[in-house]
Amino acid sequence: MSHLFSHYNYWIVIVLMMTGFYTVISRGNMVKKLIGLNIFQTSVFLLFITMGKIKGGTAPIVMAGKEDVVYSNPIPHVLILTAIVVGVSTTALGLALVVRIKEAYGTVEEDEVQAEDIRR
Amino acid sequence: MLVGTGITIIRQQNLLAASMLSGIYSLLSACWMVELDAVDVAFTEASVGAGISTVLMLATLALTTRSEKKPVHKSFLPLFVVLATGAALIYGTLGAPPYGDPANVVHHHVAPRYVNDSYDETGIPNIVTSVLASYRGYDTLGETSVVFTAGVGVLLLLKRGKRSKREEKK
Repeated sequence: MSHLFSHYNYWIVIVLMMTGFYTVISRGNMVKKLIGLNIFQTSVFLLFITMGKIKGGTAPIVMAGKEDVVYSNPIPHVLILTAIVVGVSTTALGLALVVRIKEAYGTVEEDEVQAEDIRR
Repeated sequence: MLVGTGITIIRQQNLLAASMLSGIYSLLSACWMVELDAVDVAFTEASVGAGISTVLMLATLALTTRSEKKPVHKSFLPLFVVLATGAALIYGTLGAPPYGDPANVVHHHVAPRYVNDSYDETGIPNIVTSVLASYRGYDTLGETSVVFTAGVGVLLLLKRGKRSKREEKK
């Protein structure tokens, strides 16, 4: 029973991660794939943030003059800040590629692009 | 609620609605991050994830198509793969440290030093900012160069398309 409460956050994260993964592998539409990739990415962010949490802690901003305040671990926060920004730039690049594929093939569905490739 | 939004996103065939929902999803995850004491990350997620990503998605949709085609084959292979991976990951979490315990290994390596000394060394009350901009400044520089590269990549990709069209017209 104690396992249920102490690992509940991880399980939600895994469900989200698998939702994103399913979207990526099962859908043919490329924009949809990128949305799935975003969901996956956010779930990884949440996993890291979950690990940085300390029960009873507060946000890691130093309160001057107050002793024995528990702060949550700031290091995962720093990592994830960087990861979010890098993530959005990869998303932008992926979407630009989708626009290019649309220009070149006239479709953004994966199987139609493959069919077009074979035909050419 | 997050899980609900996520599942609605996959079932949604209207891509416009799906990208709006992904904005909502980002906002909800930002709320969860505030709950987990990561206020800086929540700010970034709300502005970048819910704001910029959604705008980019909408721009792409404007340039491509609004709705996705129905999947031709309904195969259960992806679902099976996903369930298998999920089960393996949940089995993996059983060995993970319990949530929020101050005795976890993560909190005992370099984190206490930042928490205790960063204010005296940098004078910035926000520990996340002081680590990001001061101790790990070079990493942040590298991150900026990644963003720059991505921006250049996007511009090059979109420019090339236009030029080839112009040549076709000639």
